[in-house]
Amino acid sequence: MRSNFRFYFLVVLILSLGIGLTLYKHFALGFPLLPDDKKSVWTIEARIDFLARGDPVVVSFALPPQTPNTIFLEEDFASPDYGFAELQSASGRRAQWSKRTATGQQTAFYRLSLYETDSISPDMPVPAADLPPDPIKPEFDEVHRTAAITLLDQVRSRSANAEIFTRELITALNSSMPSQSQSLLLNERSSEDYKTQLIINLLALEGISARIVRGLFLEDGRRRQSLTNFVEVHIDNEWLLFNQNNGKTGEPKDFLIWQRGDLSLLDVVGGRNSQISFSIIKNIQPTRNLVLRDNLHKQAGIVDFSIYSLPIEQQTAFKMILLLPIGALIVVIMRLLVGIRTSGTFMPILIALALIQTTLLAGIVIFLFVVGTGLLIRSYLSRLNLLFVARISAVIIVVIAIMASISIISNKLGLDQAMTVTFFPMIILSWTIERMSVLWEEDGPREVLIQGGGSLLTAIIAYLFMTNRTVEYLTFNFPELMLVNLAIILVLGQYTGYRLSELYRFHSLEKHDVSDQR
Amino acid sequence: MFLTSARKLRELGIIGMNQRNFGLISRYNPRHLYPLVDDKLKTKLLAQKAGITVPRLLGTVSYQHDVRLLRNILEPHAQFVIKPVKGSGGKGILVITEHDQNQYFKPSGEALRLIDIERHVSNILSGLHSLGGKPDTVMIESLIQLDPVFSDYSYEGIPDLRVIVFRGYPIMAMLRLTTHASDGKANLHQGAVGVGIDMGTGAALHAVQFGKPVSYHPDTRKTFAELSVPHWDRLLQLAAACYEMTGLGYLGADLVLDRDQGPMIIELNARPGLSIQVANYAGLAPRVAQIEALTTINPEPHERANFSKQKFSVSAKI
Repeated sequence: MRSNFRFYFLVVLILSLGIGLTLYKHFALGFPLLPDDKKSVWTIEARIDFLARGDPVVVSFALPPQTPNTIFLEEDFASPDYGFAELQSASGRRAQWSKRTATGQQTAFYRLSLYETDSISPDMPVPAADLPPDPIKPEFDEVHRTAAITLLDQVRSRSANAEIFTRELITALNSSMPSQSQSLLLNERSSEDYKTQLIINLLALEGISARIVRGLFLEDGRRRQSLTNFVEVHIDNEWLLFNQNNGKTGEPKDFLIWQRGDLSLLDVVGGRNSQISFSIIKNIQPTRNLVLRDNLHKQAGIVDFSIYSLPIEQQTAFKMILLLPIGALIVVIMRLLVGIRTSGTFMPILIALALIQTTLLAGIVIFLFVVGTGLLIRSYLSRLNLLFVARISAVIIVVIAIMASISIISNKLGLDQAMTVTFFPMIILSWTIERMSVLWEEDGPREVLIQGGGSLLTAIIAYLFMTNRTVEYLTFNFPELMLVNLAIILVLGQYTGYRLSELYRFHSLEKHDVSDQR
Repeated sequence: MFLTSARKLRELGIIGMNQRNFGLISRYNPRHLYPLVDDKLKTKLLAQKAGITVPRLLGTVSYQHDVRLLRNILEPHAQFVIKPVKGSGGKGILVITEHDQNQYFKPSGEALRLIDIERHVSNILSGLHSLGGKPDTVMIESLIQLDPVFSDYSYEGIPDLRVIVFRGYPIMAMLRLTTHASDGKANLHQGAVGVGIDMGTGAALHAVQFGKPVSYHPDTRKTFAELSVPHWDRLLQLAAACYEMTGLGYLGADLVLDRDQGPMIIELNARPGLSIQVANYAGLAPRVAQIEALTTINPEPHERANFSKQKFSVSAKI
């Protein structure tokens, strides 16, 4: 009883370790559980152009803030011969390029790749609720002031709270048929920046804190883009984002907030005609790769000390090796629960591995052909009176010869499939032929069919599992699941019930029992 | 219905493969004792030491280059059996019942040349029939003479009696009769008839071939109703004594009746199969449970045999 308890304790320990690690990797590190999980990665390039006057040059450029649900894959700063520094301040990150003297056309690049995520990154600080300063009453001249008050009165009469007020105000300013006061306020110079400032000023008049937010609409293949202005309004201890062109609330889809607040986006000291333009490219990448790169970069222990840290070649090898436990599980199930007889305990796994390389149908045909031909030739060899080791060696050579001829003939016929015959393990095939041949002589062809068929059936089922994309993906990316597999095999190792085949084997007993009772 | 329910089998007390491996073999058979029964030469020596009759050893061949000596070993004997020392399940056993200058005859009448026998011997030496393909030794034994009691019930071979001995107590027995289908071998897989034997009397109970009930021998057409194994007490005692001999808690003893020398042991098995349950129409589980319930094992084989005779006879149930 005690040892039984210890056994199940061990099983539960292994099981929970395996599942726990898997869940940790999924929820904390963001590894997707399904292979088809894909994400769009945006690559944004900001190009800064200016004309230098031959004086010391300092270029200061606001960088986008990191938010919990975006992950920056890579940031590049490029500008030849410039000193570079990344500065952190309360108002956000800034990039600073500097040079003692520069003349003529100058260019600096900033490139950022990012993707959005829904996993919770524990090491990302949740942005503190930043409180706004009290709104500064704007200076308006008399005419504008009257127009502003008129507009605000109109809007106020139509709204119930600050949120609706802001929306109504923006809608009014964007109206296609502006009233007199509206057109006066907007006037002809109405650039984006002017409009933003106007909205902020009008809100300030009303006693509502607001600030400018610059952001970039992410659209694939766009070039020469500029930042779009949004207005963020502080309502009920929360910042609410408004689209200043239609009054819609909330952060739009595929929108990257670049900068908050009134600070300049770009400062160039010692240059003029500074310009900034953005280009955007999107590409789709499997989530796994992104998460992996991110975690390798962060050196997350569980990822850093894993198969991923191996060279690619070894990783590919492990992809195959990690499938073997699945095959082993299938063999355990087939033998212990179903009771199928196979020739050689793990021969079916090796056959399944070969099938993976050759594809199912071609593989089965090749297997049957090689073993069949091998058996024919082996039956001749048995008449030659050879010593056993010599005979099995001869069978190996025969098998290789059969394989070579299959390859050559199929190549001539243009059948690419059959050329994969080389993936079959030759020694195993030879042993199979030898065993089958002895089995044939001693127990007859029926036993050969039973064991051969059993092996092939087990191999096919193992193959179907091992080539399943999800299984393949899970075994490689969550090697911890091997522990789950181990736990299952341990439990199956204690199964003392009947095998399915035994229900058939002993079925005549049932009839007898019935006749006894009569 | 091709399948029966697991519940039904449990009610009948049938032990399955997993249960056998887990609950009987790995629990009662210590690994280090296996060589005693896996190596038939060792078993033979053990049995001889214990005063149990075994077939006479005519010679052994251990090395490939000694295969040349085979002719000299075989020359004086008209009849003999060639066996792999570490073979299992009756594999690699060659029976020769007659030979003249160049030809050796199997019970079926098939003629072999010396070179065929030499090849067979060298196959055995290479480990073809041994567990795990390990190099093996060949032993040549005297042929067992068919007891006339069985002459009506066997075809081209010697029937043997398989007794399951659990912790020294014989718990179930089955007579394996050779048939044409089994090529003269007492192997149920190949078509030998398995006859369940009443532990109390040695009388035949039921018979099966290929897992199906039969009431008469398929070749001799003799009904099993009159079949009864003679020397029953002696056979049970011999089987029970194998426990002391080997120390194995769950073993299968294969015994034969020789016309001239009476009961003898030919082979012991540390992993006896489960077909015996089909032949007896009874499960091993209740009998195993009865023995497991015993607090002490009687040290006297003949008393254990008597215990089994009383407890497990068919009449005991009624």
